[in-house]
Amino acid sequence: MVWIAIRMLTGDATKFYGLLFGIAFSTLLITQQLTIFVNLIERGASGVYNVPSADVWVMDPVSRTTDVHLPMPSTALDRVRSVAGVEWAVPHLRAAASVRTKEGDLEGVSVIGVDDATLIGLPRRMALGAADVLERPDAVVIDDVGTVRFFPVGYNPVGERLELNDQRAVIMGVADAIPSFTSQVTLYTRYSRALNFVPGTRNRLSFVLVGAAPGVEAKALATRITKDTGLRARTRDEFARDGVDFIIENTGIPLNFGITVLLGFVVGVAIVGLTFSLFIRDNIKQFGALKAIGVNNAKIRRMVAAQAGMVGLIGYGLGVLGTVGFIWGFSGNPTFKGFYIPWQVPLISLVAVTLILALTGWIALRRVLKTEPAAVFR
Amino acid sequence: MSSAAEAEAKAVAAVAAISTRGVARDFTAGQQTIRVLHGIDLDVRAGELTYLVGESGSGKTTLISIMCGILWPTEGEVRLFGTDIYHLSDSDLVDFRLRNVGFIFQQYNLIPAIDAASNAAVPLIAQGMDRLEARDRAIELLAALNIADQADKLPNQLSGGQQQRVAIARALVHQPRLIVCDEPTAALDARSGRRVMDLLREVALADDRSVIIVTHDNRIFDLADRILVLEDGRITHDGRDMPKDH
Repeated sequence: MVWIAIRMLTGDATKFYGLLFGIAFSTLLITQQLTIFVNLIERGASGVYNVPSADVWVMDPVSRTTDVHLPMPSTALDRVRSVAGVEWAVPHLRAAASVRTKEGDLEGVSVIGVDDATLIGLPRRMALGAADVLERPDAVVIDDVGTVRFFPVGYNPVGERLELNDQRAVIMGVADAIPSFTSQVTLYTRYSRALNFVPGTRNRLSFVLVGAAPGVEAKALATRITKDTGLRARTRDEFARDGVDFIIENTGIPLNFGITVLLGFVVGVAIVGLTFSLFIRDNIKQFGALKAIGVNNAKIRRMVAAQAGMVGLIGYGLGVLGTVGFIWGFSGNPTFKGFYIPWQVPLISLVAVTLILALTGWIALRRVLKTEPAAVFR
Repeated sequence: MSSAAEAEAKAVAAVAAISTRGVARDFTAGQQTIRVLHGIDLDVRAGELTYLVGESGSGKTTLISIMCGILWPTEGEVRLFGTDIYHLSDSDLVDFRLRNVGFIFQQYNLIPAIDAASNAAVPLIAQGMDRLEARDRAIELLAALNIADQADKLPNQLSGGQQQRVAIARALVHQPRLIVCDEPTAALDARSGRRVMDLLREVALADDRSVIIVTHDNRIFDLADRILVLEDGRITHDGRDMPKDH
């Protein structure tokens, strides 16, 4: 009977494709929006992910994220270095600045000062040039978002001069970095030079990046640093989570994406529900005849379940493929750089599609089950 | 009822394909309850082509539905080949129908998306037979009905007469003991109608099988073995010919 059910469904091409469209569109909307949401909020931790060598981030007790922080006095660096279990500790500066472009436009940028000696704080990979280019006078390394924002696509910016807070800066390399949440252009330079580029108050030290000694747990070290120095110390994972949580708690993004995902679900229910109901209505005489002949309700349930399952499987596959196509198609765009589909997202979409089909299938099935076999004689 | 009459009734029931005793059926419309069948006592024998005749609203569709096990009577008892069908569980009744009753609907109700042979094979597939084996069995029957060459065609590629033959094949393929036909000649001209009736008599009727036809087509009354006339929910005539006043 399942074969008959599938043929009944595929035989009505308009409704079959309508159902596929409904499921595929819902899946695409839910999967794509959830994927963008997850990747977007993970950008809240990009500042941490870009410095994978730091085991512990130390900051003023009121600092919350890489972007929301209160500078510390430079003596904080020595206090941290004195804590047992600290293999190394380097200064890290993060500040906002302005760049005047060649066209005369003013652009806001983030300036990150990395340790002069070790260059810890620079992203692990360089897209153009090497890390040691920062040793040259006025040298800055721009992130790949900046190359697109400030220059034509495909243009090599190495050697270009910028007016950074009224001071001369020369781009000497391009970092392969994870863009920030706001996709703001980031310029990396040495800590000592960053202090000149970015005027500030008495305290300038944003963070102290710490490497744990061999055999020392990052979590235990962070606890010890807090205890010994009174500063806030977070492990890399904790601080990354702080950045994500900050966006979740302080922006309307989860709500807006949640509404879109809900809309995807509602649109799915509406399209699939309506089309499924029409399909059942058009075939109600056939279902009635089958019931009269002696096809029991359990078999009818299996038939409708097979129809829903087939539509769900193909529609879901198309929707996920559409999302993969979207991510792949936009992978060259810095805004979507590094976007991936977490395995939980297709799983959530699958649950949503299953719910859509269970709900609409149940509504359609009720009508079939309520149909009296005797109705075929009327 | 005397003991002799009871014994006679039991003897009839023993050989009857269908036996109804005191069958009544009410329908509720709003707050009003309407009785459409009034205590029908009837025995239909195997090997007979029985017509159920009556005006619209006389209760013939209700009676045929009750007799074949798809509509519960409000009162009374229905025995099909000795089985008190309305004392079976729901699932057993459905299974009983699947194995013992064949249906030919007025609109045929073929499944548009599957070919003629598969349509004819539906009862066997529903019984759990392998689809290809069921299809082969159906094609044999389509051959007997002279439309084996149409086996691969979809219903919308067949003429009305061919669709009806497929419907007949579907009703017979699982060799049921009762065939129920609803207005089989309503949409046909006189000649085609008689041909269909001849066909039904030829392929459907057997010593151990009963065929009941609901009709008000007076062009085929002469082909019946027995005619039951239903008026206002009561059987008013039971004979080989139609009464003169009809």
